[in-house]
Amino acid sequence: MNDGTSATVTEIDMRNTSLRDLNRQLHEATSGHFVVTNPRGAHAVAAGIDSDIVVELRGSVGYYAAGMLQRGTVIVDGNAGTGVAENMMSGVARVTGSATMSAGATGCGGLLVIEGGAGARCGISMKGLDIVVGGDIGHMGAFMAQAGNLVVLGDADHHLGDSIYEADLFVRGDVASLGADCEEKEMSAEDVDLLTQLLERAQMTADPGDFRHFGSARQLYNFHPDDINSEVAEARS
Amino acid sequence: MCGIVGLFLKTDKYRPELGRLTAAMLHEMRGRGPDSAGFAVYDEGTVGLTRLTVLAERTQPDWSRTAAELAAALGAAVDVRSIRDHAVFETDGDGRLARQWIIDHLPEVDVLSYGRHIELYKAVGDPDLVASQYDLAGRSGTHAVAHTRMATESAVTTNGSHPFVTGADTCLVHNGSLSNHNQLRSRLVREGESFQTENDSEVAAGYLSWRLREGDTLDEALHRALVDLDGFYTFAVGTEDGFAVLRDPIACKPAVIAETDDWVAMSSEYRAIATLPDVDDALVFEPEPARVYTWSLAS
Repeated sequence: MNDGTSATVTEIDMRNTSLRDLNRQLHEATSGHFVVTNPRGAHAVAAGIDSDIVVELRGSVGYYAAGMLQRGTVIVDGNAGTGVAENMMSGVARVTGSATMSAGATGCGGLLVIEGGAGARCGISMKGLDIVVGGDIGHMGAFMAQAGNLVVLGDADHHLGDSIYEADLFVRGDVASLGADCEEKEMSAEDVDLLTQLLERAQMTADPGDFRHFGSARQLYNFHPDDINSEVAEARS
Repeated sequence: MCGIVGLFLKTDKYRPELGRLTAAMLHEMRGRGPDSAGFAVYDEGTVGLTRLTVLAERTQPDWSRTAAELAAALGAAVDVRSIRDHAVFETDGDGRLARQWIIDHLPEVDVLSYGRHIELYKAVGDPDLVASQYDLAGRSGTHAVAHTRMATESAVTTNGSHPFVTGADTCLVHNGSLSNHNQLRSRLVREGESFQTENDSEVAAGYLSWRLREGDTLDEALHRALVDLDGFYTFAVGTEDGFAVLRDPIACKPAVIAETDDWVAMSSEYRAIATLPDVDDALVFEPEPARVYTWSLAS
């Protein structure tokens, strides 16, 4: 999992380093590879990383691990609690085990890979993040999703894509039910290309041809772009 | 918020250390519920003996005299030992009659639990302090459920603390808030349940108690709860020989379960489970919404 550029590996044991000291050390680093042992379910581990470092968390973590990830790579070698990689902006977060609720919540960019399964509300309110889940996801995946891609190699539980604005959802397994305003879409050649790239970036092996594509039916929109008058458009530009 | 822990020891290996392991888990959940705490500890008990844990929060009864009066009323032997404001009666007489006698004759005393296996302690204050005041760490046994409380629906009182008893050797801890507890309380009062607090979790306990009394199995009662209880909840229910876990269908409240050859543990957060021995070898999973999980010594 080394990024190949950092020669030094710094090991930090959370049995004798406080969460605050750990995060401060990670925030101050500008390069390097950090191996963090014994997180023992602590919250907010490796939150707010803002440089191209690689952080390996050896063990399961609590809430908001790799939250607000701005740059760099965070690998959780274990399971992750609520809101892993919430609000991530860029970079890569990877969970080798499973994640519980609200994985990748509100994420604006970057790639979140969960090799196991994810719990309820995976990708809730995602705003541009790409999420690839190796196993199943819980109910209300991509709830109120606004942009980005959610790829699920397993099954999706009830109400997938409920109240979705935009975002592309690709599911290989069964979908228990779709949420309000989510519908199945055609799988275009561009979609296959996109999915192929996502799987490659996630280092997951799957045939894009086995997936179905879902997205917004756009029936719950309370505005239409055509309705925006020129003044509003100008004000926004 | 609130924090829940449950620990069920499948083998003898850690039974002498049940209390110490439970206390370590409870410690990790302090942040989720700093205002009060409680725990129920189960052991093998003795065939033919019933234990009753009672709380005298505002009075200091003469427990020896009470035990003698109870013994005379039951025509049976009654032992008693007290720890702070709690006392544990043990009798070879009719446990149900003993419970009723205490309710009828000691109106200022609350019966927290009764049964062959259970002892139950609860108090207001820092969970670590509550655990040490009632010697949680020194206790052995087969299983335990415990709770740290951050009050939302009713006042911070000992009576509002968890666990709540739901019948002989059963009790419940709850993380969440029920939205239809007032309506349900009225219904249960008509069905003959009585309540000591305005607490929503006590209503959930009363609901299970009613269903068990009506002949439901615990599994059936919990499935029915999914229909009748409205709100957010993760429950852990201690039973005479194990425990059960149930989350509401929306599953807002967290829960994690881990299992090894020697133990099954559940908690609101993994960090409580991370304190347990051999945790690196445990199978760890999130209980699914609206699914009843049960473990027992019998199975």
